[in-house]
Amino acid sequence: MNTRVEGRIHMTNATANLLYSKEHEWVLSLGENRVRIGISGYAQHQLGDIVFVENPAEGDELTANETIGTIESVKAVSDIYSPVSGTVVSVNEELESAPETINEQPYDAGWLVEVELSNPEELEALLNEAEYQAFINEGEE
Amino acid sequence: MSTDTVLKRTPLFETYKKYGAKVIDFGGWGLPVQFSSILEEHEAVRNEAGLFDVSHMGEVLVEGKDAESYINYLVTNDVTKLQINQAQYTAMCYPDGGTVDDLLVYKLASEKYLLVINAANIEKDYEWMKQQAKGNVTLTNISADTAQLAIQGPKAEKILQKVTDTNLAEIGFFQFADHVTVSGISGVLVSRTGYTGEDGFELYLAADKVEALWERLLDAGKEDGLKPCGLGARDTLRFEARLALYGQELSSEIGPLEAGIGFAVKTNKESVFLGKEVLAKQKEEGLKRKIVGIEVTGRGIPRHGYKVFSEGGEEIGFITSGTHSPTLKKSLGLALLSAEFAAVGTQVKVEIRNKQIEAVVVKTPFYKKS
Repeated sequence: MNTRVEGRIHMTNATANLLYSKEHEWVLSLGENRVRIGISGYAQHQLGDIVFVENPAEGDELTANETIGTIESVKAVSDIYSPVSGTVVSVNEELESAPETINEQPYDAGWLVEVELSNPEELEALLNEAEYQAFINEGEE
Repeated sequence: MSTDTVLKRTPLFETYKKYGAKVIDFGGWGLPVQFSSILEEHEAVRNEAGLFDVSHMGEVLVEGKDAESYINYLVTNDVTKLQINQAQYTAMCYPDGGTVDDLLVYKLASEKYLLVINAANIEKDYEWMKQQAKGNVTLTNISADTAQLAIQGPKAEKILQKVTDTNLAEIGFFQFADHVTVSGISGVLVSRTGYTGEDGFELYLAADKVEALWERLLDAGKEDGLKPCGLGARDTLRFEARLALYGQELSSEIGPLEAGIGFAVKTNKESVFLGKEVLAKQKEEGLKRKIVGIEVTGRGIPRHGYKVFSEGGEEIGFITSGTHSPTLKKSLGLALLSAEFAAVGTQVKVEIRNKQIEAVVVKTPFYKKS
């Protein structure tokens, strides 16, 4: 399977500072207590062509490891789990009309939401890039 | 993608990897859901051509003096209308009118027929067929020894013609030629049938020859855009063309008339057949429920099993199949609804993750080739 290769390709440049959850979300620190959340290159590849995204709304309170929305590919419906707790301060509205952006640019234009953290210590439980890559490889074997 | 359960494999299983297949568990079979992308593959079939491995499908030979009368008792369509080298789509029903399976019947010779059944139903169907056997008939389950490829799309004939001397233009829709040589491989049954809503062919051959045929066809079709396609695209293609999928539009609980394949139910044929009484009564009295197309006008994609409600809030049925249509770029579904809500234009609601989303009954098929 070539997903592992794809994952690596996507993960070379801009992704070194990201943290990852085992549910395949990434978290980018934007300074202060604010983070941006998206799904990993591996996750978008596993899902296939994404045709629908249901994000939480601005102001929604999120709890770590709970469902915050849905991503649908042609074939599958997948829950989005929040890797952190906090308040949604910004939502990527572009995904409503162009959900395929997640396939094309999972780490850039395909981000999902920005969150004001209520418990920044939760970040410590997330994986760094090497750990996440190892986690994926484990699942592939 | 669990490796714990042993999945059944078609003879092409090892070949998939070479083409980047993403393999999934499909009713106990390890089959490619996609090679490149479902959307790309879907588009290839609508505009050029796609090649599918459908070797998981089941094949049963029915031979003997009473083969015709036996099959006519077993299925809802009228097989006495079949000429040799013709195929027919039909349903096979229980006495209560529920569906055992939908299938193709190929008339190979006056006393020899090939029945092509769904992969997930092979054992069930074969047992059922044996139980119902009457007169001088022999049934042989040749599923394991038989492979099937489908080449589908507007360029299918052009590509296939490159690798065979048999004149494909002479094979009409739902006709076939047997013992054809394709790419140097002899003994191929070439049938102008398919499950995509496009022109195309289904090719039946010995399992040990299918790998060579797969490779040679992909090679021959390269310059015309032929792509290897998976089950994901097969499903979106058949869905847009409103071709029924057993387990969704058809089941032991959903009869062929309700599913909208009444063209394959000949309650007026002379012979008695399984389910006749119930189906004839349904025709006479009208259906209480039927499968219709719906378009979700709000945000959301209807999926198999989602409930459907009337504007007044009454539960009126459920979604049998649904997806984001790649060709029409709309959120579409097939829904089994109470007949009073089945008229085109009726406003309904689909329950998607506890929200009631607006939808409207629309005409089917969603897509018809021009």
